[in-house]
Amino acid sequence: MDPLLQLQNVHVTFQTTGGTVQAVRGVDFTLNKGETLAIVGESGCGKSVTARSIMRLIPEHSGKISQGSIKLEGKELLNLTEKQMREIRGSRIAMIFQDAMTALNPTISIGEQIKEGIIRHRKISRSEAKKQAIEMLTLVGISNPERRLKQYLHEFSGGMRQRIMIAIALVCQPSVIVADEPTTALDVTIQAQIIQLFKDIQWKTGVSIIIITHDLGVVAKIADKIAVMYAGKVVESGPVRDIFYRPQHPYTKGLLASMPRLDGDRSIPLTPIPGTPPDLFAPPAGCAFAARCPYALEVCREHQPEETVVDSQHIVACWLQDPRAKQVYPDLAEATGT
Amino acid sequence: MGVYILKRFLSMIITLWVITTVTFFLMHAVPGSPFDRDGTKMSEAVLHNLNALYHLDEPIHIQYFSYLTSLVQFDLGPSIFYSPQTVNTMIERAFPVSAQLGFVAIFISIICGIGLGVVAALRHNKAIDYFAMFFAVLGLAVPNFVMATVLIKYVAVEWQLLPPATWGTWKHIILPALALSFGPTAIIARLTRSNMLEVLTQDYIETARAKGLSPFVIVVKHALRNALLPVITLIGALVANVLTGSFVIEKIFAIPGMGKYFVDSINNRDYTVIMGTTVFYSMLLIFMMFVVDVLYGIVDPRIKLHKKEG
Repeated sequence: MDPLLQLQNVHVTFQTTGGTVQAVRGVDFTLNKGETLAIVGESGCGKSVTARSIMRLIPEHSGKISQGSIKLEGKELLNLTEKQMREIRGSRIAMIFQDAMTALNPTISIGEQIKEGIIRHRKISRSEAKKQAIEMLTLVGISNPERRLKQYLHEFSGGMRQRIMIAIALVCQPSVIVADEPTTALDVTIQAQIIQLFKDIQWKTGVSIIIITHDLGVVAKIADKIAVMYAGKVVESGPVRDIFYRPQHPYTKGLLASMPRLDGDRSIPLTPIPGTPPDLFAPPAGCAFAARCPYALEVCREHQPEETVVDSQHIVACWLQDPRAKQVYPDLAEATGT
Repeated sequence: MGVYILKRFLSMIITLWVITTVTFFLMHAVPGSPFDRDGTKMSEAVLHNLNALYHLDEPIHIQYFSYLTSLVQFDLGPSIFYSPQTVNTMIERAFPVSAQLGFVAIFISIICGIGLGVVAALRHNKAIDYFAMFFAVLGLAVPNFVMATVLIKYVAVEWQLLPPATWGTWKHIILPALALSFGPTAIIARLTRSNMLEVLTQDYIETARAKGLSPFVIVVKHALRNALLPVITLIGALVANVLTGSFVIEKIFAIPGMGKYFVDSINNRDYTVIMGTTVFYSMLLIFMMFVVDVLYGIVDPRIKLHKKEG
């Protein structure tokens, strides 16, 4: 059986006045029905661009998906015409944006913004659409939906706005929801509510979710699988438990080490990853992380690391994990002071 | 809403009173009188009688209060130069002509201006964008009387498509309206374009695309409405501008509109006509500003008129 969504070797480039930026340089992942995949990584690592490429919402005049394959239930999306793609957008794959304040239209009523998607994709009457919009608002936990439909964006609080975004995404009952940093603009208590809402909705509708975030706390609460991105590539991917408890890539380890822990010793400062990501105008020949990696080998700087299967679904792209690499025993290394 | 309109109405009255007062005293401060005719010297007695007839011999504050009293009764008084006509009948006769011309011109400007602006924004940095913006710069740089003469020379005289001047049928409106609309079209097009370009980069446009909406729906429903907000403000001012600024065009096309009286009255020191036309235009302008504010509230739900009370 085909996976619900499959990305293979997706490359996205942007033409800018400074040259060509290789924002995404070969991303692979699969998403099955009812699964939640989290794409994590620091700013500029290409995670949002990857998300937009699934919807083919890369700005046409500057960016393009230069190679690769994106399949929805086995059907290649990159071969579709723009018109055919519009049938998919909102209907099969829906998107939730980071800041609902700017992602919703301030001069159109909330009801209309929820209804227009379903009127566009399903052959239903306006009154039927209204009924569904009310149902959606109830589903995302907005009370008094009938009255709320007539209101405008500025009459809602931040958390409510994000709930409305979710209602808009859900209204056509898509198979996949791509949520681009859905909780970043919210304060912590609201974040928790929205995460809970995602889980409830997934439980009720069975929708698959791709959540893009740099907040590992969010990932731990919601995701089944994680793809860690760095400089336009997935460096490590696998089930949440594997990534959190047995991270293999030095970058993943760095990310986890820079996250505060409630049970940790507070006198020990957080460990940042030194350095900055590489210039994607001219990506390095070898591993993009090599320059910042404390364990970098000669080969790391010269050759792209190949993917190594750690176990079944846990895959890492790092020379250190390559079977040909020398085995290092950390305890021994510490003991001998090397 | 009711309270808001009442408040606006009161402030409109006060604005109008200030304009009336300032104009009245400025006008009397300007040297000369309605009876200074170049060449012909009037006898002392005749001048004295004329001044008495129009109460110009009375102290200025008495004249001011009697003018205000009649203004409140919507009586703008008799014209001194065009006697025995009253200013009221002159406006009644001339204003419909100016209004007709002005509104046709504004209509053309709005349709063409917004159209050009939107197309230019959608084809940003393409040939049609450059063409539209070239046209817009031309519209701003070339004064409307130059446009008027060019239009008369080619359309009316050489190709004989439309009458060159005077007023009467709908054919007579086209050329002056075109000449008059050129500048406003350019201004509206430029503003619409820059606002559209800004709105098209907004996140909610991407949200609309993510819903699978067609480009047409996105532009008309999601972008245009937000882009037109500043344009509405501009149009409000332009309407008043076109109506009052049309006197050059009216002169060129020999159109019996308000503009002629407005200019002549100042040359003739025709006190009552100066006052009458000024008050009338002020009313128009203030009213247009009110209309713009109400329209704002309709287009942008974030602007609540009744909240302005506080």
